[in-house]
Amino acid sequence: MPKQLIKGNEAIVKGAILAGCRAFYGYPITPASEIAEAAALYMPQVGGVFLQAESEVAAINMLYGAASAGVRAMTGSSGPGMSLMQEGMSYLAGAELPCVIADIMRGGPGLGNIAPEQGDYNQVVKGGGHGNYRTLVLAPDSVQEMASLTELAFDLADEYRNPVVVLADGCIGQMMEPVEFPAAVAEPRIPHWAVTGTADSRGNLVTSIHLDPDELEAHIRHLETKYRRAERKEVRFESWRAEDAEVVLVGYGIVARVLKAAVEQAREEGLAVGLLRPITLYPFPSVELRRLSRRALAFVVVELSTGQMLDDVRLALEGRRPVDFYGRAGGNVPAAEEVLAFVRRICAREKRAREYMAHA
Amino acid sequence: MPEYAVPEYAVVHEKPRSFYSLYERKPELQHQTHYCPGCGHGIAHKLIARAIDELGIQDRTVMISPVGCSVFAYYYFDTGNVQVAHGRAPAVATAVKRSRPESIVLAYQGDGDLAAIGAAEIVHAANRGEPFTVIFINNGIYGMTGGQMAPTTLLGRKTTTTPFGRNAWNEGYPLRVCELLASLEAPVYIERVALGGNRQIMKAAGAVRRAIENQVKGLGFSLVEILSPCPTIWKMNPVEAQRLVLGEMTEAFPLGVFRDRTKSATVRPAAPPAPPLAEIPRILGLTEGCESTPSQPAGSSDWRIRVAGFGGQGVLMLGEILIEAGLEAGLDVSWLPSYGPEMRSGTSNCHVRLSSGPIDSPLVSRPNVLLALNEPSLRKFLPTVAPRGWVFYNGTQLPDGCERPDVQAVVRPFTEIADRVGDPRAANMTMLGALLGATGMLTEERVLTALRRKVSSGRWLEIDQRALDSGIEAVIKGVSHES
Repeated sequence: MPKQLIKGNEAIVKGAILAGCRAFYGYPITPASEIAEAAALYMPQVGGVFLQAESEVAAINMLYGAASAGVRAMTGSSGPGMSLMQEGMSYLAGAELPCVIADIMRGGPGLGNIAPEQGDYNQVVKGGGHGNYRTLVLAPDSVQEMASLTELAFDLADEYRNPVVVLADGCIGQMMEPVEFPAAVAEPRIPHWAVTGTADSRGNLVTSIHLDPDELEAHIRHLETKYRRAERKEVRFESWRAEDAEVVLVGYGIVARVLKAAVEQAREEGLAVGLLRPITLYPFPSVELRRLSRRALAFVVVELSTGQMLDDVRLALEGRRPVDFYGRAGGNVPAAEEVLAFVRRICAREKRAREYMAHA
Repeated sequence: MPEYAVPEYAVVHEKPRSFYSLYERKPELQHQTHYCPGCGHGIAHKLIARAIDELGIQDRTVMISPVGCSVFAYYYFDTGNVQVAHGRAPAVATAVKRSRPESIVLAYQGDGDLAAIGAAEIVHAANRGEPFTVIFINNGIYGMTGGQMAPTTLLGRKTTTTPFGRNAWNEGYPLRVCELLASLEAPVYIERVALGGNRQIMKAAGAVRRAIENQVKGLGFSLVEILSPCPTIWKMNPVEAQRLVLGEMTEAFPLGVFRDRTKSATVRPAAPPAPPLAEIPRILGLTEGCESTPSQPAGSSDWRIRVAGFGGQGVLMLGEILIEAGLEAGLDVSWLPSYGPEMRSGTSNCHVRLSSGPIDSPLVSRPNVLLALNEPSLRKFLPTVAPRGWVFYNGTQLPDGCERPDVQAVVRPFTEIADRVGDPRAANMTMLGALLGATGMLTEERVLTALRRKVSSGRWLEIDQRALDSGIEAVIKGVSHES
């Protein structure tokens, strides 16, 4: 296929349709509205459903309905809408329904602003709804990945019968880059457990209620087993000059792109700096971080937030190495030079520490 | 033998086939529902199951069970079953029905579910005329949670959350759902019935059947509200409870048909059939695009461009043309806009990169090319331009305080030049021409190809081409770079 120059938000929809998605239910919100707009344009043309819901609460429950009926379905939103959808996400996970939700993060809390931020990490990765559930979370850092990770998201959603979130930021959603789409077009298939209004599916039931404590605990353990399996099998990350790095930067989404530039500049200055970019935020690449800590002296987490993924990096490293944090918020994206200035200080500190240890 | 004829009739005691023969929810009570004696749910369930039987739609039926006492409806109905979040049945039903138009979707909702927490969902589903059926049980109380106020609780009635009686000043008035929904254009059938005695129950049976039959016929939104007794929570015996439905409740919620357009309603047109899979890439526009034919530039290039100006000056478009042409020339490209309300009035800018190597960050913090279409943009971004970088400014001279002897400045009245060749709004193209003329970043042919792809209006394409040419001329013929 020839390369397409399209916005990240549009790439999500095209990737979704190629993956067999045939339903979009959503509510407009900047900077995610192009997702709904593209879906409104294409879904009816491919035999799918597009509906602008009355709210994100309704939209996520429409996903519940479409998924119950065995259709690959998705929605797209941003922080305030994601907050409204948390109830539905809990029900979807509880009822083991697959679907894909794209969150194009903007500034918060409250109305915040519409500029890029990464403040939804905790809500999305840790699960903002009630109960013992997780959502699988994929974090694209390019328009190409907006397409390819959305396609992957549908497969993971079906495989684990669980909602999967594509967590991007305003920059990745709004920017244009060349994208190459796969030639293959997935055929929509109806899962055996779906309730479709046919004789074959009459005995099927979709529910998240288990009144008996033992029964509910068994269900929760079953969900937990799935999440453990995902933790073993689905971790994805990109390692960028990290193998010989003394200082490893950790960032996702648009930040990772800035960090790649910062790494290149640092290397030109002779600083052994690398990048670990989590592609799956849940499951988190904890094992890889621990592996890198055998050589790396320090880790620097950079986020468009006051430090949310930071906790996961610290948990992964279990205190093995110092973890520093550089964050911008409110819609500001740091320049590579700005991050580099911070990284230089960390490198200098680690050098002093090494010299001190050598003398001690 | 008596002379008179004895009417032949038989009393049949049997469950509708659409009920399971055993209710497995409580192993010790497999022949009983979990509903209290005298509760209206059991009767309503039976009316629905009978209608399903009579219409022969058991296999096609999908029951949407709500939150409330009827949360376990799926233990009774031998149909497809989906249990949903509190109040969201109309949203879920919408998507099930749209996903499987042949299915018969029945949303079963209580008064707290439908009229309080799910008020938005029911209003919008009704307003869209979603062609499914809603059975709305109104017993004026929250039964399952132990007797709290419902939006339909009668004035003065004590509940656990209105211990002094429902007071209109504090809790408002009982909500009349049928009247509310009948104000909408789309619904086909809305009726309120009651379970206050056999006559009322017989009438309710007919209404339930009609509401479901409408769906079988493909007609739009149908809703039946059923005033229903809840003796346990009302703290009455079943007979008293039924009397209350017959009297006080029927007074507060008048029975009747509030909407009936079943005769005039038309069947919702079916969605067009899905195209063959092989057609989908073409529909998505994936078969056309940029086959890059790298020919230039020979050496390595790394253009970091910031385009800025007023909204409406074509700032973003200029960037898009650059990346289109750049991609075709075999370069890696990226385009990142400053997005938001600003693009409609204030200033607008975008980050553009064209590079012979892979692009790390699409953000341009140290541009080596600044295209400033107005003075505020020049003032904002000039300090960020890298030494020896290019600055293109739309004016006759650099304004005071904008001296950067270490950059190459190209200052031309681009708007005027554009005006002379057809339209001042083509200033972005004259500036683009100047960029090509001064830097040789891309060939004019590449840019023209990109323009032809992006500009659909023939008139504008002509103006843009002239503007591009005059921009190139303006740097080649004009005085060399002022700096």
